Amino acid sequence: MIPFEYRRAEDTDSAVAAVEEAPRAVFLAGGTNLVDHLKLGITAPEELVDVTALPLDTIESTPDGGLRIGATVRNSDLAASPPVRERYRALSLALLSGASAQLRNRATTGGNLLQRTRCPYFQEVTTPCNKRSPGTGCSALHGHNKNHAVLGASDSCVATHPSDMAVAMAALDGTVHVRSSRDERTIPVTELHRLPGEQPHRDTVLERGELITAVDLPPLPEGTYTAYRKVRERASYAFALVSVAAVLRVANGVIDDVRLAFGGLAHKPWRAGTAEERLRGAIPEEATFREAAEAELSVARPLADNAFKIPLARNTLGAVLRDLTTEVLR
Amino acid sequence: MERPVTLHVDGTARKLSVDTRTTLLDALREQLAVTASKKGCDHGQCGACTVLLDGRRVLACLVLAVTCDRSEVTTADGLGGSGSPHPVQRALLEHDGLQCGYCTPGQACSAVGMLDEAKAGWPSAVTEDPRQNVELTEDEIRERMSGNLCRCGAYPNIVAALREAIR
Ligand SMILES: Cc1cc2nc3c(=O)[nH]c(=O)nc-3n(C[C@H](O)[C@H](O)[C@H](O)COP(=O)(O)OP(=O)(O)OC[C@H]3O[C@@H](n4cnc5c(N)ncnc54)[C@H](O)[C@@H]3O)c2cc1C
Ligand code: SF4
Ligand code: FES
Ligand code: FES
Repeated sequence: MIPFEYRRAEDTDSAVAAVEEAPRAVFLAGGTNLVDHLKLGITAPEELVDVTALPLDTIESTPDGGLRIGATVRNSDLAASPPVRERYRALSLALLSGASAQLRNRATTGGNLLQRTRCPYFQEVTTPCNKRSPGTGCSALHGHNKNHAVLGASDSCVATHPSDMAVAMAALDGTVHVRSSRDERTIPVTELHRLPGEQPHRDTVLERGELITAVDLPPLPEGTYTAYRKVRERASYAFALVSVAAVLRVANGVIDDVRLAFGGLAHKPWRAGTAEERLRGAIPEEATFREAAEAELSVARPLADNAFKIPLARNTLGAVLRDLTTEVLR
Repeated sequence: MERPVTLHVDGTARKLSVDTRTTLLDALREQLAVTASKKGCDHGQCGACTVLLDGRRVLACLVLAVTCDRSEVTTADGLGGSGSPHPVQRALLEHDGLQCGYCTPGQACSAVGMLDEAKAGWPSAVTEDPRQNVELTEDEIRERMSGNLCRCGAYPNIVAALREAIR
């Protein structure tokens, strides 16, 4: 680890200015990803600007009945907060299915969104990796790629985004608030992360120095149910092979609103727009769920070790919709 | 780059100078000779380094010491206060909740953190309805303690010990 400066930012203006001024300064939040990367040598910043003292640690209702989640709210606090448990159950479940209690006590909203891939070649600095060292090649493409992407990948990178929280926020139509010294902007969660294309070193559309300040969730209409289901190799403390976040509302016996996102399948939370389209207005039943999942996954391209993810994703989506329908009709 | 920090470790204020790169775990073990917290993986994957930081369980291997100025740090040494074991530690002993003991200080700190979280009504991934409050059943304990691995596989006795400590 090369030496670095440490600064605890007291307000957002100075935090943003500090990172902008020093070309290799980065924000530090809970540190559960960044400190690991410092040790692994994946990144070598000259300064860490600690954002955890910023006044961004609140969860507040918005005037329209939605929720504003501050960037430095800890994952455990968010999962346990009454409005999230009561109104956005998928988000609480997604958070609780991620990492461990100790990690969730440190991890923050902003850091969770911006955590980097768990691709083992990315984490092992002696192997080629286009994401870590652009132009060196992708070791996973023809290497061990069981945990890698089946949707939206490129020959440059087949990594997946590891966050559970982000998948739930994508299905819930969350919006990310971002600020720099020049301006403030909002980005839908579904557009925050990129597909790898030719530039896999860029995980997101954020520019250097942009600070995430909050995530807004719009209100859910009466009668809307949400769920999150994660499939992994052991029952706890493991990343997703496949996960599904779902929002469902049924009115007069037909699906009135449905929003679906997959985790573990792509370089970003994968909003399943094709499946949603098939389901909207349809009668909620097993065959329809399957058809919708198959339509969504028809563009999936498996690698040598991960074809299993396609039927797994189809079945998981079906199971989540079946469970939610039972809940709705109860 | 050195920075002065004060850590309140197991009830005692300790002033020290830390390199900004030093983790809380290394500051405790290497600089303060507080060796209760163990280094298993150093990457957040095992839980052996678990301490209570301002009352919450965290992984000391992923926390930079420089960020902890003026914080309260409780290791397994300080759990019971005044040198006596905490009920969780006593239960672990009584139920043989350990073999080599390497993971045990982390298990103990984690369990104490878990009890406080449950008392505050926090749900877990196996809480049937996260809108309801929790009861620490065996499934709940296993899920909530999943961040603490035990290479010796003492899990059944750890769970038994924690079930008793709850009572
Ligand atoms: C063993 C292990 C298992 C895990 N399992 C899971 C899992 O199952 N599911 C899951 O979803 N996650 C899992 N995680 C990952 C964990 O959720 C992330 O490490 C955590 O959410 C990162 O948040 P943080 O606040 O600690 O971020 P940090 O490590 O502090 O930062 C991460 C990145 O975000 C940037 N950043 C932080 N805050 C901001 C901000 N406000 N604005 C702009 N940039 C910012 C930092 O510069 C850095 O690049 C696991 C981690 C470990 C170590
Ligand atoms: S999949 Fe992406 S992160 Fe993994 S080795 Fe290839 S380029 Fe690197
Ligand atoms: S040493 Fe910290 S989690 Fe393993
Ligand atoms: S008792 Fe040996 S690792 Fe747990």
